[in-house]
Amino acid sequence: MSAHADNIPSSRHPLVSYIARWLLTTNHKEIGTLYLCLSFTLFFIAGAFAMIMRLELFAPGIQFTQPDFYNQLVTMHGLIMVFGVVMPGFVGLANWMIPLMIGAPDMALPRLNNFSFWLLPFAFTLLLSTLFMEGGAPNFGWTFYAPLSTTYGPPSTDFFILGVHMMGISSVAGAINIIVTIINLRAPGMTLMRMPLFVWTWLITAFLLIMVMPVLAGVVTMMLTDRHFGTSFFEASGGGDPVLFQHIFWFFGHPEVYIMILPGFGIASQIIPTFARKRLFGYRSMVYATVLIAVLSFVVWGHHMFTTGMPLFGELFFMYATMLIAVPTAVKVFNWVATMWRGSMTFETPMLFAIAFVMMFTIGGLSGLMLALVPADFQYHDTFFVVAHFHYVLYPGAIFGTMAAVYYWLPKWTGHMYDERLGKIHFWVAAFAVNLTFFPMHFSGLAGMPRRIVDYSVQFADFNMMSSIGAGLLGLTQVLFLYIVVKTIRGGQKATAQVWEGAEGLEWTVPSPAPFHTFETPPVIAAEED
Amino acid sequence: MSGTPRYYVPHSSVWPIIGSIALFVTAFGAVNFIQQSTDKVATEGEFGALIFYAGLAMVAFMMFGWFRVVIMESMQGLVSRQLDRSYRMGMVWFIVSEVMFFAAFFGTLFYARVISVPWLAGAGHRLETHLLLWPDFADVWPLFMTPGGEGTQAMGAWGLPLINTMILVTSSLTVTFAHWALKKGRRGALIVWLATTVTLGFTFLTLQVVEYIHAYSELGLSLGSGIYGSTFFMLTGFHGAHVTLGAIMLTVMLLRCIKGHFTPDNHFAFEAASWYWHFVDVVWLFLFTFVYWF
Repeated sequence: MSAHADNIPSSRHPLVSYIARWLLTTNHKEIGTLYLCLSFTLFFIAGAFAMIMRLELFAPGIQFTQPDFYNQLVTMHGLIMVFGVVMPGFVGLANWMIPLMIGAPDMALPRLNNFSFWLLPFAFTLLLSTLFMEGGAPNFGWTFYAPLSTTYGPPSTDFFILGVHMMGISSVAGAINIIVTIINLRAPGMTLMRMPLFVWTWLITAFLLIMVMPVLAGVVTMMLTDRHFGTSFFEASGGGDPVLFQHIFWFFGHPEVYIMILPGFGIASQIIPTFARKRLFGYRSMVYATVLIAVLSFVVWGHHMFTTGMPLFGELFFMYATMLIAVPTAVKVFNWVATMWRGSMTFETPMLFAIAFVMMFTIGGLSGLMLALVPADFQYHDTFFVVAHFHYVLYPGAIFGTMAAVYYWLPKWTGHMYDERLGKIHFWVAAFAVNLTFFPMHFSGLAGMPRRIVDYSVQFADFNMMSSIGAGLLGLTQVLFLYIVVKTIRGGQKATAQVWEGAEGLEWTVPSPAPFHTFETPPVIAAEED
Repeated sequence: MSGTPRYYVPHSSVWPIIGSIALFVTAFGAVNFIQQSTDKVATEGEFGALIFYAGLAMVAFMMFGWFRVVIMESMQGLVSRQLDRSYRMGMVWFIVSEVMFFAAFFGTLFYARVISVPWLAGAGHRLETHLLLWPDFADVWPLFMTPGGEGTQAMGAWGLPLINTMILVTSSLTVTFAHWALKKGRRGALIVWLATTVTLGFTFLTLQVVEYIHAYSELGLSLGSGIYGSTFFMLTGFHGAHVTLGAIMLTVMLLRCIKGHFTPDNHFAFEAASWYWHFVDVVWLFLFTFVYWF
């Protein structure tokens, strides 16, 4: 039962069979690679949008972009970073690592896996093509609030809607595959409470995806019918309500936020024990905390809408529920720090990224607590403070998490060690640049600078100049990252199976690079002391 | 797991990429079709419909080809117990995602009835909207008159909808009888019960079409008659689409039963289709209760 790429007839031209191999593959490692490549490509595209925005904001006044084009950049940057970079990046890691970590030969439904991936390039073709359409790309922000997106949306909005449908199908199919793989394909002895935390966090993430992506599909469908078929879901004169859009969107949107961070938690929980050479502190509490975060994520959506108008009871409920999330999150941060406590620590690049993840995610978490307070949020809402907050959780959170994972597992994928010196340079410059970019946004936001606006008042000039310089530097460091990854794929010091001295888990028992088919018969996991 | 456990790893497959291209063509065609046939964007041209239907045909082709492979694997005995469990779990989670899709529309219905319509009529702290914009608007459900002045009549619950409820509930029973017959290996009874189920399913759909014609031509109830019409048609419409899909699935199962594909121990495809059928039945009970009745 071998499904090697070479069972495609070799009479064809090599290029044809090369393309056919990637188009038709059902192998989890190849599909994982495809996801990661797509994510990385879109990272540069959405990053380029950010560069143009920061260039525009370098100084007050309108220099390079017209306001409407600036709005399109804001929208596309957000949509692509969320749906095209962070999510496919994490799914790519899941594809590569979950079967290796639980002792499975592949994903449970390999053909569906191919389908999940290949929907995405088409979905993003649909989405990116809107930039070249008459009337321009969607310009209402990644949250596409009605009526901006219904009554006033450009014609390309419909392409955006169908693109979201395709991404949704991809995400749901991918999530079903991940859940089934984890529940059904664990090797004998790999009990739930022995699973690596990356697997645990992905199990919960996949559950969240299945619960909320259909709701997103529902809300964009209502948009479509409001736009074209005369329904009144978000139209007050027909008895509907534009605020309803925000409720449905954020019912999807808030769990979505955790979809974008939980796998990062899992990655940090894999890497920190390895380089602290200690077992993860409080494994069980990590699992329970993740479950609790996921459950709470369904009852906090209203905190995105404090200023939209809500009864007092609603505001209080969402405020307290939101603050409650700080408890399981703090448990996690405590556990990571306690794992490092008195460990024999070394600071290879993955560890540096993981530590930065813990520290800077915590900064983003604390500014989140400030935003959770209703009266304070009335001041912060729609200012750059919010931009600073979610970029601290997304960049040093989700993106640094993904980068940590890439450095950590790249030797396992390619069979080569990456260049440690270049990796450290990448880390230190990126860590400096992230803070230079996003920390000043706290101050400009608190001083009252609104977000999503092409021009600003002169008193914010200095902070914006700092942010723009930081952003440029941050963009450059990712070119270095690309260079490091390509260099590692092409060659370098041979990696051992173990790779990292302190690493534990099934993925380190197979050779580097991991063979095309890993576990054709299930490995047996010996009981450890719990 | 009995014997030597060997994992199932399929060959590379051409069907998923065909499916991705098919959905892309469908989506691209759908947008152009919609924009060319409604007045919101009103672009010139007529090719949208063609591309859309071509895309749908490709989707149908893909599903036929993909399921053909899966069926052949199953008939050759390649499906291990582990893979069978994977398929079962996959179907369960797929139905969960469908439940959440309907949840979005039911949430909308409840929001409209409990929050937005009363607020527009002046309840709570939204008095100004009522007084300044639509002082004559009254909070009644079904919404006979929208704030903007669109009028309609309500769809009653005790005519066709009640008959449809009985049809669907009965069909859920008959599909279960078919399953029992299948498990006992009585193919004659299986085919009769399953054919009954399929007939009931298509009868339901026909009556829904009759009801829609009644709504549009006699009651003045349309997608455009405010939030009542919007939620009515979106909920019943998506339900109808799911019933159509379920009925097609059951029809395929009927053909496969006639060909003798299933054995008393190996008939997951049949079970998946019947789970789906029960799911659309349960959704209908909620629809009948909250859309038609109360």
